[in-house]
Amino acid sequence: MGVFVVRRLTVSFLILIASTFLMFALVSASGDPLGDLRLDTSPNRQQKIEQRTEQLHLDKSVPQRYLIWAGGVVKCVVPGQDCDLGTTIRGQDVTSLLKQAMGVTFRLVTAALVLAILLGVTVGIVSSLRQYSGFDYTITFSAFLFFSLPVFWVAVLLKQYLAIGVNNWYADPVISLGFGVVFALLSGFTWGAVIGGDRRRKWIIRGVAAVLTFALLYYLQAVDWFTHPALGPGLIIVLALGSAVVVTALVAGLTHRSVLNACLVTAGVGGLAQFFVTPWLQDPKWASWTNILLLAVIAVIVAAVIGYLMGGLDRPQAIRATILTALATGFFIVVDQLLRAVPSYSDIVGGRILATIGSSTPNFDGTFWESQLDTFTHLLLPTLSILLISYATYSRYSRATMLDTMHQDYVRTARAKGLTERTVVMRHAFRNALIPLTTLAAFDFGALISGAIITETIFGWRGMGVLFVNGLAQSDPYPVMGFYIVTAISVVVFNMLADMSYAYLDPRIRLT
Amino acid sequence: MPDIQSEDVAVTGPIAEAGPLTSIEREFTIQARTQREMVIRRFFRHRGAMGGLIVFAFVLVLAYSSIGILGLPGWWHQSYETTGTVQNGGAMSLDLLPPFVDGDGLAIGNHPFGQDDVGRDYFALTMRGTQISVLIAVSVGIISTVLGVVVGAFSGFYRGATESTLMRLTDLMLTIPLLVLAAVIGQISGGTPLLLALVLGLVLWPNLARLVRGEFLSLREKEFVEAARAMGAPDSRIIFRHILPNTLGTIIVNATLTISAAIILETALSFLGFGVQAPDTSLGKLISDYQTAFQTRPWLFWWPGLFIVAIALSVNFIGDGLRDAFDPKQTRVRA
Repeated sequence: MGVFVVRRLTVSFLILIASTFLMFALVSASGDPLGDLRLDTSPNRQQKIEQRTEQLHLDKSVPQRYLIWAGGVVKCVVPGQDCDLGTTIRGQDVTSLLKQAMGVTFRLVTAALVLAILLGVTVGIVSSLRQYSGFDYTITFSAFLFFSLPVFWVAVLLKQYLAIGVNNWYADPVISLGFGVVFALLSGFTWGAVIGGDRRRKWIIRGVAAVLTFALLYYLQAVDWFTHPALGPGLIIVLALGSAVVVTALVAGLTHRSVLNACLVTAGVGGLAQFFVTPWLQDPKWASWTNILLLAVIAVIVAAVIGYLMGGLDRPQAIRATILTALATGFFIVVDQLLRAVPSYSDIVGGRILATIGSSTPNFDGTFWESQLDTFTHLLLPTLSILLISYATYSRYSRATMLDTMHQDYVRTARAKGLTERTVVMRHAFRNALIPLTTLAAFDFGALISGAIITETIFGWRGMGVLFVNGLAQSDPYPVMGFYIVTAISVVVFNMLADMSYAYLDPRIRLT
Repeated sequence: MPDIQSEDVAVTGPIAEAGPLTSIEREFTIQARTQREMVIRRFFRHRGAMGGLIVFAFVLVLAYSSIGILGLPGWWHQSYETTGTVQNGGAMSLDLLPPFVDGDGLAIGNHPFGQDDVGRDYFALTMRGTQISVLIAVSVGIISTVLGVVVGAFSGFYRGATESTLMRLTDLMLTIPLLVLAAVIGQISGGTPLLLALVLGLVLWPNLARLVRGEFLSLREKEFVEAARAMGAPDSRIIFRHILPNTLGTIIVNATLTISAAIILETALSFLGFGVQAPDTSLGKLISDYQTAFQTRPWLFWWPGLFIVAIALSVNFIGDGLRDAFDPKQTRVRA
């Protein structure tokens, strides 16, 4: 493993050097940084030209300029020295610009990556298990459709219809009858497809789910939930117990009573713990991400202990299941806090809850939860734009690999041994189907960055993508190179992680 | 099927006593289907691919015949260059609703897609944009396919140092995000469509090169290559006359998918301002120019986008149909 890492690091380093030199040469050839000054008619034109030439080293040849820039980059990793990534045309320091922009872009890219994988893989697997059904055809067609959509078109459409539409609706949240009926029908059909069964059972599920959804929508409207949302302690406990059941069903199967009991106990403990945790979370001096992370670690440890003690014969599965249940319960508690902050947040932003410009409201002055909500609402639309296309890739690919896996001989053997379908799918087919997805994730990362460039431009975020676009348009080489070095390093690191995890997941592959 | 009555097959025993198998008298002859015929049959049976083909052909015919190409006139009476007065606030004069639903019946009117800010006919503009976008996409597909096949073939066949260098170059190009590389190269090339097509073709070949190399690695070990070499065939003949035809399936499928990727890439580039630039127009540039008009004149934004989606979707379906035609793995259908 050590030899592999060292070898990959050297190769990656060489690739970085080669690609940054290639980009530097191309960017230098793409435009003249002195272009606007040549057309300048002011009296100190020559002075300005000389100043800029000196700042951007334009009097030297391209390889020399590259070496100066590369030297500045190396100073970043040498301790005690400051980064020197050059200056923009206007004389600003690229390093400080980059630091601000990096966090913004990485938030977007990470959110899109995680959600695309979770959503795409889940939908792809469910679709492959229900092959040839109406659900499968719908999902496949929609994946095709999303794959052919241009990101910029989708982003502007979302800006108009989703953001402005939702904001207008939020001023007076009344659910129209048409919307309610359509939503209930869609929900009914989705539940029917996911749960499956024979014809009669599916129609019963569809009907029940549609009626329940419809009733739920109008109940929420009646209690004015949309203007003052919250989950409430009772609902949190119910959701925690429900997630305990779902996690057990997925990980071990409901017949494994010890795992089920361990999860239910974990959910109960979490549900009771919320009464202690909630006042801490609402205390403005205490609420912060580090403290929430601390709580999560404590929850995981407590859950692992419960799983260990109550697991019995299924101890490893029980521990995994209880940890997942604890994380789910914690998630619901955090969501509850976020929802409770909505009315005050809405007051601050004047009722326009879904923002379309910028990555956060300027001069925002609110509590911790209101700021998180602000970040979240600003993140929603750009992430959704990139997500639609990334999700299509993942769902198609995971559906294809899952279908391949389900036709393998060992799956047939597992069924012949008499295992339940759920065990065959979850414990045997599912894991093996996921292995090729690591390669796909490595490829898709580059596509996510391209999507991020476009969405940042449309939604007016001050991220790295905007640095790149503005720099290239103004023939400004150093911001473009700054963007590129960060992107190249993250792509290379991601590829290396994907290769290492591939070797970890598939024991047939040796890293030599 | 070998005719069991021919002399070089020694038939003895019970079979010979049973009588010849092909003694049926017929007015016609029978022959086996060639691989090409089978592929074509499977392709034309694929409903999605057929739909895609029809839509793509319709869009092509509409775009190239309506305003003409290369000086030949089209059947549309407006031009995409003449400015004029903006009538009716630039509204669409296309009406598809029948009279009983408060429409005027099927009316096309003078400006079915409306007019832009300076009074140019938007239908003609959209058709011109479609012409250029499709031209660029198809050219990029062809150029990148040729490049990818050449690089993949040489690196897969020769192995050794050639393979290492070419594959390192391919990996290098694969690590750079596509839009980043395409934007910089597009900026270098200026804005003319043909030059843009040329340089974009230099960006999309690595994927095909890897696939072709993989195929060549397995095919070069086959016996027919050994036989060809024993007969004294030079390397170029072996590569292009023997191995390459066997990889044609992969190449054709990926060329089609590259065309679909190219149209999305070119429209994204034109949207950001690094692709086709004034005075030429492209579908991405049209969307970019009028994205702020979305609130008041949404049709300026909808029509180019719908055309992009239609082209990309139909080409994707054609590619999927081709993939199923060349490699039909599924033998079961819904009962």
